[in-house]
Amino acid sequence: MKKATYSQEHAKYLKKRKLNLATVWALRIGVLVLLFGFWELSTALGWVDPFIMSSPSRICATIQSLYRDGSLFYHIGVTLAETLIGFVIAVALGVTIALALWWSDTLRRVLEPYIVVLNALPKIALGPLIIIWFGTGSKAIVFMTVLVGIIVAIMHMLSAFIATDKNKILLLKSMGATKLQILRKLVIPSSFASFISMLKVNVGMAWIGSIMGEYIVSRAGLGYLIVYGGQVFKLDLVMTATCILCLLAAGMYFLVVLLEKVLVKNTEN
Amino acid sequence: MEKEILRFTDVKLIYHTNRGETTAAENLNFSVNEGEFVAIIGPSGCGKTTLLSLAAGLLKPSAGTIESHGSFGYMLQKDELFRWRTIEKNIFLPLEIKKQNTPEHRERARNLAAKYGLKDFLQSYPTQLSGGMRQRAALIRTLATNPDILLLDEPFSALDYQTRLNVCEDVSSIIRSEKKTALLITHDISEAISLADRVLVLSQRPARVTFAHKLDFGDVKNPLKRREQPQFSEWFEILWKELNG
Repeated sequence: MKKATYSQEHAKYLKKRKLNLATVWALRIGVLVLLFGFWELSTALGWVDPFIMSSPSRICATIQSLYRDGSLFYHIGVTLAETLIGFVIAVALGVTIALALWWSDTLRRVLEPYIVVLNALPKIALGPLIIIWFGTGSKAIVFMTVLVGIIVAIMHMLSAFIATDKNKILLLKSMGATKLQILRKLVIPSSFASFISMLKVNVGMAWIGSIMGEYIVSRAGLGYLIVYGGQVFKLDLVMTATCILCLLAAGMYFLVVLLEKVLVKNTEN
Repeated sequence: MEKEILRFTDVKLIYHTNRGETTAAENLNFSVNEGEFVAIIGPSGCGKTTLLSLAAGLLKPSAGTIESHGSFGYMLQKDELFRWRTIEKNIFLPLEIKKQNTPEHRERARNLAAKYGLKDFLQSYPTQLSGGMRQRAALIRTLATNPDILLLDEPFSALDYQTRLNVCEDVSSIIRSEKKTALLITHDISEAISLADRVLVLSQRPARVTFAHKLDFGDVKNPLKRREQPQFSEWFEILWKELNG
């Protein structure tokens, strides 16, 4: 960017934009405070039963007690690890398979119906099978996470690869480019935006997979806390785990956004 | 005797689709001499682009032979610059593809860009350039590997009229001063007359050459000047009739 001296009008415009942004953020935080404030108030005044609704103060207390007995970061760590490992495997494998399907037309046409069916299948139906195959540990949950994410990754990336500009391919062919060169110089870089949007979708998918996995089998993790809390009617525990889950999912999403910003800066996409 | 650089002999091309086959070209005969600027005009849908794909070796003829002595550079309707590459990197693209990405070749390409007014834009991205400048960059990219024959596939048709005249000037002067052989495909009669040494007229499908003319503009090579010549409208009339006859 060029360093320029702005006119007064432009300075005013920039100031207005800044103010606008600050207002939006203030309101965002305001909504959160209001929500939690109302929640706390309504349980404190007895409008609703805190045993069923829990409350922010009870959530804080639960977090403290979990922290004290050392299980807070243990459960977070277990779920986070399962989610991240599953996410990375799903993305890496999904992109690789999408590349293979782009490369071979025949392979794509052969596998297309299978992918469509796998996409439509509710993965939770495979729960019993997964337990039998992988046992009741983290392996099963990671597998579930991969299963939920991989099809989305394949379909998303494959459609991006296929949508590569035909004229640009013709241009490269006229230069004598090999298929590998077309892939490296054109198909992959032009699918960059789709890759990022696929990552964003898959962050959600990974959490669905890991929590669903923990619902079916598990002895630890946030999904386990939710199921366990529900079974013994400890709603404080359910709400606590849900809130932590929200924070983690948001954090992971913003990491992807951050990654996008860094990469876009490098490629000036 | 001028040296022939490209020759189509009795070329036939059949397209196959599920719905049947189409003969895109038959008994197609013509040749291009070294240093010559040949324009091919034809009715729309007569397979003009097919002809360039044949020349570039991207398609194999069903019958007949295509002889060429030299390397090709292909220029398309749109600039097709890669938006994630700087102009310089875009110009180096054919060097990378042809594994000629050496300092000497890069220097040559860079000099070419500088010579034709792209020096200040080398580090810019395509979106920062005007349509005319982008098409000029596309031409420099085509010239980067120093091809013997330029294949121009309606390279001006995606531009607005004003820009089109300017880019036409540009391309003409660059090709003339680099002494390149060029084969231009267009549906625009006036463009063909203003640029070419020789004009070939194609028939409806299956395409073959129905008329061939050597244009008598003498030393007037500049497209805008040509448009002012008295012969211009005469040629236009002749070609118009042949194209629609």
